[in-house]
Amino acid sequence: MSTGTRARGTTYREAMREALREALRSDERVFLMGEDVGRYGGCFGVSLGLLEEFGPDRVRDTPLSESAFVGAGIGAALAGMRPVVEIMTVNFSLLALDQILNNAATLLHMSGGQLPVPLVIRMTTGAGRQLAAQHSHSLESFYAHIPGIRVLAPATLEDARHVLAPALADPDPVVIFEHGSLYNAAGELDPAAGPVELDRAAVRRPGTDVSLITYGGSLPKALAAADELAADGVDAEVVDLRSLRPLDGATIAASVARTHRAVVVDEAWRTGSLAAEVSARIAEESFYELDAPVERVCSAEVPIPYARQLEEAALPQTADIVAAAHRAVD
Amino acid sequence: MAEFTMPSLGADMDEGTLVEWLVAPGDPVRRGDPVAVVETAKSTIEVECFESGAMGRRLVEPGTTVPVGTPLALIEPAAEPREEPGEAGRPREEPRVPSASRRAAPAPAAGAGAGPAPAPAAGPAPPRAPAASGAPEHGAAEAGPLVRHLAERSGVDLGSVHGTGPAGRVTRADIERASAGAAPRSPRVRATPLARRLAAELGVGLSEVTGSGRDAAVRARDVSGAAARRSAAHPPQRPATAAARASRPPGEEAPGMRQAIARLMTRANRDIPHYYLSTTVDMTAATDWLHDHNRRAPLPERLLPAALLLRAAAVAAREVPELNGFWADDRFTPGEGVHLGVAVSLRGGGLVAPVLHRADTLDPHALMAALKDLVTRARTGRLRGSEVSGATITVTNLGDQGVETVFGVIHPPQVALVGFGRVVDRPWAVGGLLGVRPVVTVTLSADHRATDGAVGARYLSAVDRLLQKPEKL
Amino acid sequence: MNRADALNLVKESITQVVPDADLAALGPEDTFRDALEMDSLDFLSYLEILGERTGVRIDDADAPQLTTLSGSADFLAARVT
Repeated sequence: MSTGTRARGTTYREAMREALREALRSDERVFLMGEDVGRYGGCFGVSLGLLEEFGPDRVRDTPLSESAFVGAGIGAALAGMRPVVEIMTVNFSLLALDQILNNAATLLHMSGGQLPVPLVIRMTTGAGRQLAAQHSHSLESFYAHIPGIRVLAPATLEDARHVLAPALADPDPVVIFEHGSLYNAAGELDPAAGPVELDRAAVRRPGTDVSLITYGGSLPKALAAADELAADGVDAEVVDLRSLRPLDGATIAASVARTHRAVVVDEAWRTGSLAAEVSARIAEESFYELDAPVERVCSAEVPIPYARQLEEAALPQTADIVAAAHRAVD
Repeated sequence: MAEFTMPSLGADMDEGTLVEWLVAPGDPVRRGDPVAVVETAKSTIEVECFESGAMGRRLVEPGTTVPVGTPLALIEPAAEPREEPGEAGRPREEPRVPSASRRAAPAPAAGAGAGPAPAPAAGPAPPRAPAASGAPEHGAAEAGPLVRHLAERSGVDLGSVHGTGPAGRVTRADIERASAGAAPRSPRVRATPLARRLAAELGVGLSEVTGSGRDAAVRARDVSGAAARRSAAHPPQRPATAAARASRPPGEEAPGMRQAIARLMTRANRDIPHYYLSTTVDMTAATDWLHDHNRRAPLPERLLPAALLLRAAAVAAREVPELNGFWADDRFTPGEGVHLGVAVSLRGGGLVAPVLHRADTLDPHALMAALKDLVTRARTGRLRGSEVSGATITVTNLGDQGVETVFGVIHPPQVALVGFGRVVDRPWAVGGLLGVRPVVTVTLSADHRATDGAVGARYLSAVDRLLQKPEKL
Repeated sequence: MNRADALNLVKESITQVVPDADLAALGPEDTFRDALEMDSLDFLSYLEILGERTGVRIDDADAPQLTTLSGSADFLAARVT
């Protein structure tokens, strides 16, 4: 490597932490709060060391009351702060859904544009770690349903590192979903990566035969499936939605226009899912491009089981994606 | 009742000559069917109608030249029950029993087409009654959804069914009676939306295509394959009926065509401030790919460089939409889709620029098939109305004439014209060394009112970039 | 196939592509592709017709030989049994 900006090894967790550190350093209005984010370093270790570095005013442990601390975050944002609120998992975020839907998402509208809520909420989502049915669900579609907020799902090291700054700069509430299986993902951070374009999906792998459209924790599975498909002579394109609201329909349509076949991979339950929304968009906008029915690969419609084999069986796996792609192409 | 009028087949057309009718009065016509042949100053064109119904009275005789917009014929609605008093055709003594009971009983066969009707009651009913009315009788317009569905499922043409319900309505029993004699209609072909679209664009009948998809569904590749085979099976030969056509013998330029080209080009040169850009593109990757493909492909599936060049031009037009559209009323309107005009020189002189619709969505194979078909028909005077207008950008390829560079004149109201020269071997610097490479000069003539040079430059670089990855085209 | 049959077949095939071609004015060694102003599509059609009528495989590399009447006739006479 000849340049001075050597790529360096990092993990998704560290990339997130580095983004928080940068935000806390560069803007004194920014502070982090949530359950166990301070002394314990975050339930998933994202904020480890930040309390020591920035002090208890800016890295605040909260009581176990999602509704209360998300509401406090909304108040702080209204008062001119730039709060980052961490919720342990999306399952628990339902306790704060009232604050998010009825306050954060609506105040700008109801105040005639006078009260923006520049709040960032981070939460863990997804299964795959034997945490059972109260810690493992993928409820991103609940949030993507709500006008007035932005919903993001960074799935790569670069997105983890560079999603927070534009999210904090956005005047509207932003919900960031971090898939639990991604925290330990390690690799070289591309030094050239810049801020994430919040409205844009990303084509992670170009291809010509079938579009694998996915997001979050399913991205690595889709990429692995694309590798397997390549060995079978099928050139798969992988689209990472990245922004779940708004959805980047143009990128989806452009991909389907190239490949004429779509497989939507979504760890959530099939019914009423983001996969359903994406499929509907393809039917609306790309009907005359389709050379096969849209395929969906989603979780089984059961509470995510605890037992490892059952959990694996319930979730979309690489082999399922490969099989769906073959159904679409063959 | 709709009028079928002399269409405008180009911005510069103000009159046309009706050459021939393709349908007779009374014939059913559907939206999109070619119904007449019209000769314009530039070419002879099959004109489609925009209404469905039945061909009505003709207002203009073949050989007549009329201004654009002149009604040529009337199109009658497909199926309207005639409400005139008397209704000579309908046996009014027909008892109005509920249709259900009629179904149960062996019907007294009062309907048209079911044979002579033994009159159930009083006076002798005229057998084959509708003929007496002197006009085709239809009940379809009044048929409800259930009846339509049944008719479709059982292969009955609603327009030919005599309705026995109230006000001549076609009933379920009528359909069941009619279907007893009708051959079941072949079921709707299973085809993907893309395949259906391609088939319409390439003029391929879906029922003639063997599907390779799940449950024998027809897929896009089946349609492109059929189109390629078809253009192989029908070499460019004038169909027998064409001999009778009033188009002039080949080898003579239509006298009007020169004037039409003259008018259009004068207007282009007067109104459009052209700017010109040129770049030379290394065609090594493209020609290697073509050779490799052509070595393996049977003759009908072989590709010419034109297929890749047109494909690149179309995709680049999608990438640089500022050049794909029209300048009118002092502003630019982007085209909806990339519709590539292709300049086709005619034997004996003259030029037409028929349109490859949605060319950016056709892969090189489909594009090649479409191009062969279009050029053949352009040269035999069998273009359709929808194929001679609506281009959003035009390509001229003078490579076959041995020319290396073409700086063309834009076809108003379009805002750009792309020129391809001949692919020639030239000394070419690669990585600091001199080698011999096949190269082609690509030019762009663009309307400076609509775009500036930087946009044009983006377009040419896109063409260059696309041609370096022929396998992705 | 004898050469006279081959030549006839060549002429018929050309006429299919260029209906008004004046073949009488064409010398056996004239490059008819240029003389008749056939473009690459026309020429490909001509090859397709030859291939279809004789069943002979024609490769791109054969094309240069097939641009004259005598070249085409020799080619067919040699390949078609």
